Amino acid sequence: MTATAEATGAPTRVVRRASISSNRRKALIWSYIFLVIFAVFFLMPPIYMLITSLKSSAEISAVTNPWVVYHPTLENYIGLLTSRQYLTFFRNSAMVSVSVVAITMVVSILAAFSLARMKFWGSTLLATGVFLTYLIPDTVLFIPLFKMFAYVHETTGIELINHWYVLIIVYPTLTVPFCTWIMIGYFASIPKEIDEAALIDGAGYIQMLTRIFIPVALPGIIAAAIFAFTVSWANFLYPLAFTTSTDQLVLPVGIITTLIKGDVYNWGQIMTGALLGAAPPLIIYAFLMDYYIAGLTAGATKG
Amino acid sequence: MAQVTLRNLVKKFDRTEAVRGIDLDIADAEFAVLVGPSGCGKSTTLRMIAGLEEVTSGDIMIGGETVNDVPPKDRDIAMVFQNYALYPHMTVYENMSFGLRLKKFPKAEIKQRVENAARILDITELLDRKPRQLSGGQRQRVAMGRAIVRNPKVFLFDEPLSNLDAKLRVQMRTEIKKVHQKVKTTTVYVTHDQVEAMTLADRVVVMNAGTIEQVGAPNDLYHNPATRFVAGFIGSPAMNFLPCRLEGGGDALSARLSDTLSLALPAARAPSYRPYEAKSLIFGLRPEHITEPRPHEPGLVEFTVPVDVVEPMGMETMVYFTVNGIEVCARVNPAAARPVGEPMRFAADLRHMHLIDPETDLVIEVPAALRGNAYTNGGAR
Repeated sequence: MTATAEATGAPTRVVRRASISSNRRKALIWSYIFLVIFAVFFLMPPIYMLITSLKSSAEISAVTNPWVVYHPTLENYIGLLTSRQYLTFFRNSAMVSVSVVAITMVVSILAAFSLARMKFWGSTLLATGVFLTYLIPDTVLFIPLFKMFAYVHETTGIELINHWYVLIIVYPTLTVPFCTWIMIGYFASIPKEIDEAALIDGAGYIQMLTRIFIPVALPGIIAAAIFAFTVSWANFLYPLAFTTSTDQLVLPVGIITTLIKGDVYNWGQIMTGALLGAAPPLIIYAFLMDYYIAGLTAGATKG
Repeated sequence: MAQVTLRNLVKKFDRTEAVRGIDLDIADAEFAVLVGPSGCGKSTTLRMIAGLEEVTSGDIMIGGETVNDVPPKDRDIAMVFQNYALYPHMTVYENMSFGLRLKKFPKAEIKQRVENAARILDITELLDRKPRQLSGGQRQRVAMGRAIVRNPKVFLFDEPLSNLDAKLRVQMRTEIKKVHQKVKTTTVYVTHDQVEAMTLADRVVVMNAGTIEQVGAPNDLYHNPATRFVAGFIGSPAMNFLPCRLEGGGDALSARLSDTLSLALPAARAPSYRPYEAKSLIFGLRPEHITEPRPHEPGLVEFTVPVDVVEPMGMETMVYFTVNGIEVCARVNPAAARPVGEPMRFAADLRHMHLIDPETDLVIEVPAALRGNAYTNGGAR
């Protein structure tokens, strides 16, 4: 047969096929390169914070290698954790965040359930409206909100501005729309027949929600709760605008306003405060990581 | 006692009428199957009985009580869904006991009922598992178990076997029938599969385009369909339909199917068919009533046509031929089938024939005594 091939002069072509394993290796190498770049890029600041927090003020201002700690000390940690002020910021932050998470969960679970399941006049429009409110940036909102709170004070005598609890009222404007929106998605992915089975089994709407929807959509609910916690823990603009007295400040603003005195930056304590402030969300993430990831990816494909 | 009665039941979705005024009486402990093509309104009817769809007009009565405005939980019904609709986060035991727990039954009774139902369905060893750890057939059993423990007046099944593979479907079909024989609860079962309908039902309700075409025992529908739709829908392969013209006079009527083929009709049927003399009608005969000639059976009408297609099925062979351009299926003994292209002698058993008036699509009625077939008990029309 080769003779015929030669006689007709058919061009012989060597087809080169990359093996699956070499393809995979190439893909992996590129993945590693980019992942390492990202990891280094994002971990650099916290590592720098950690290093700086272990230095004394003298060592920070000395001309040495900034990435090396020559005389490690815990004085910044001790100083902060024994300062009443810092603990007040921490307490305010915790109270605000926990309350906001609780309020957000109650409101958005009920809202998402009714928007996803109880078809009523205008429910689709409302669901879109909820999402649209999320698109309005807080920089646009804080002045009108300030005027509103001032008006409430004038008319009712209730003082909201310059109290930490004003944030419990303000933060849900950021958290509720987003949490409602992602939970509508979760609830909508639960098959309709499950409600119908529950309805026939004798469940009312509240029982359907508490005994079926919440347990089934728990990963989504936890993801939403983490989001609400992170937003209310880390927001900077609203507490800066609405609170001024030191005993009413939350962590992000408290650290900046009390540890920077004029043009004197207490870098060691600033870094320590920020690091300690970042701890609670980190701890929560670590514990609920599996849930959080399951929550973010579920619903991406129809199960 | 729980009979289910539908009176002039209508359901409209916006402008489309899904159910157009149906009347139906289902007796206590009866197994009724609603069957029809998709979109015929059978599932809507079932969902109205369950209370999951509101009734546009008409009445639904369960156990003599009108339940139009009664919420599903108070209708004392249980429903099995096509996709099982098990609660994914609960174990089998919790799934089955959910309804009873909501109704605050004592724990001991719940346990006893669940275990009893589990025994009936042979799922005792699955009680601690979650639905995702079960196979399709097991999930379906659990869904049935959830219905049984409630001990309801009526079981409603909405295409419960459609998600199972063919073999399991046959197995579960038998299972459902067994369960019904054990618990004797009035059952309304919806399916699009006519074999399922025939095998399960005490009475089959054939629906089409939102109306009931015919109600009757499975054999009744098969042998004495009332309409062209029922004649064509029930039975597989489907009944052969051929346009024909009635010829002759007196008792010697014959059906002319083509220029070359005319079949002499049984004399006993002449009185019923005579009014349609010289009219265009549709002649209907099932494949199993067109066979190879059988000399020992009297009354068969023989004819010869060339074979188009041969489909051996093992136990029997389907032979297709054309009459006037229309394909006709015959069910013959494998040994008698002729090769494609060759003429073959067939025998038509006209005791099972039907004539359909194309103007009304109704099968022309022949009094039972004159039909000449074994099935003479006549279905409700």
